[in-house]
Amino acid sequence: MRTKYLVGFLIILAAIAYLAWGGLGKSLVYYVLPSEYADNPAKYEGKRVRLGGLVKEGSVHFNPKTLELKFIVTDGVVDIPVEHTGTPPELFKDNQGVVVEGHFVGNVFKGDNLLIKHSESYQAPPEEGYSPDQIRKLLEETK
Amino acid sequence: MNSQSGSTRLDTIDKALLVIGLLVLAIGQYLAFTAPPDVQQHYLIRILYVHVGAAWTAYLAFVVAMIYAILYLWKQNPAYDRLSAASAEIGLLFMLLTLFGGMMWARPTWGVYWTWEPKLTTSAILTAFYVGYFLLRQAIEDPEFRAKAAAAAAILGVVNIPINYMSVYWWRSIHQTATFDIINRKVHMDGAMVLAMLVNLAAINILYVFFLRLKGKVALCAARKEDWDE
Repeated sequence: MRTKYLVGFLIILAAIAYLAWGGLGKSLVYYVLPSEYADNPAKYEGKRVRLGGLVKEGSVHFNPKTLELKFIVTDGVVDIPVEHTGTPPELFKDNQGVVVEGHFVGNVFKGDNLLIKHSESYQAPPEEGYSPDQIRKLLEETK
Repeated sequence: MNSQSGSTRLDTIDKALLVIGLLVLAIGQYLAFTAPPDVQQHYLIRILYVHVGAAWTAYLAFVVAMIYAILYLWKQNPAYDRLSAASAEIGLLFMLLTLFGGMMWARPTWGVYWTWEPKLTTSAILTAFYVGYFLLRQAIEDPEFRAKAAAAAAILGVVNIPINYMSVYWWRSIHQTATFDIINRKVHMDGAMVLAMLVNLAAINILYVFFLRLKGKVALCAARKEDWDE
């Protein structure tokens, strides 16, 4: 047996075992819904949590100078206010699926990593072409 | 030796596969760059056309590696072992391309290059497994034992594939479910985009067959050299 390759093979085996049992365990429940949190808030106290839901329409407040982003994550049943520092990703908008990583401080969720969850459908833009309003919006979005 | 017979030169089929593959790829790329942008992601969606194709071909290559592994265990012909390893190697290459393309797509859409969610974690496991497959092959010097151990690994590896594919349905994920929903028979994509994706998929598959034949011949050369060196 060529020892060094065998050692490499065993390292890979250990890595896979770690990924499968350790890593996958955490990623299996990739995020918690607001209602699930509300059911048992004590369970998540002091822990790093991923909160998943939709951005509640009209709840977004972004201060470009301080980069403070505030919005509400909702699953239609429970609303949770989120505070995050940093410019939101490009796809971030009302009713968008999001997953925020962070921890609870009282009733507010302090997020430090904001991910966008998008759907699997892809559509071309409408055929009639864009209205001047839509073009203006598109230009603003791509800035 | 019987298993060492066979030409190692590129024959007409190889050349045809390469030319046709590159031609279809050129058409696919043209379609990819002229397909409409997505309403949400605009032009970012274009990575999909190669990301999905690479992922599918990686799955295919690992399944083919398993089939050749079973054939080897049944017939004991080293040619099957060579082809099994060749297919696993191409599969690993396409898996790495899938992960790279995926990361490039994830950063501007999800916001991060990587996260330990079910689909990505199982993909990492799948990739690590086949890296381990080649370390295993390198670790064993005796050709027969090596072939048998590798065959077992190649068969075992395929277990990862349905878990990886179904991970977005079984567990909460950030990776989107299949746009080409073969389970529910639905397509969630615009017509022009579907065409671009399918043509690129066809191109990658044709090139896969070419690479498999090519690597099989290279492996045959290496096997003959091993024989002469003894």
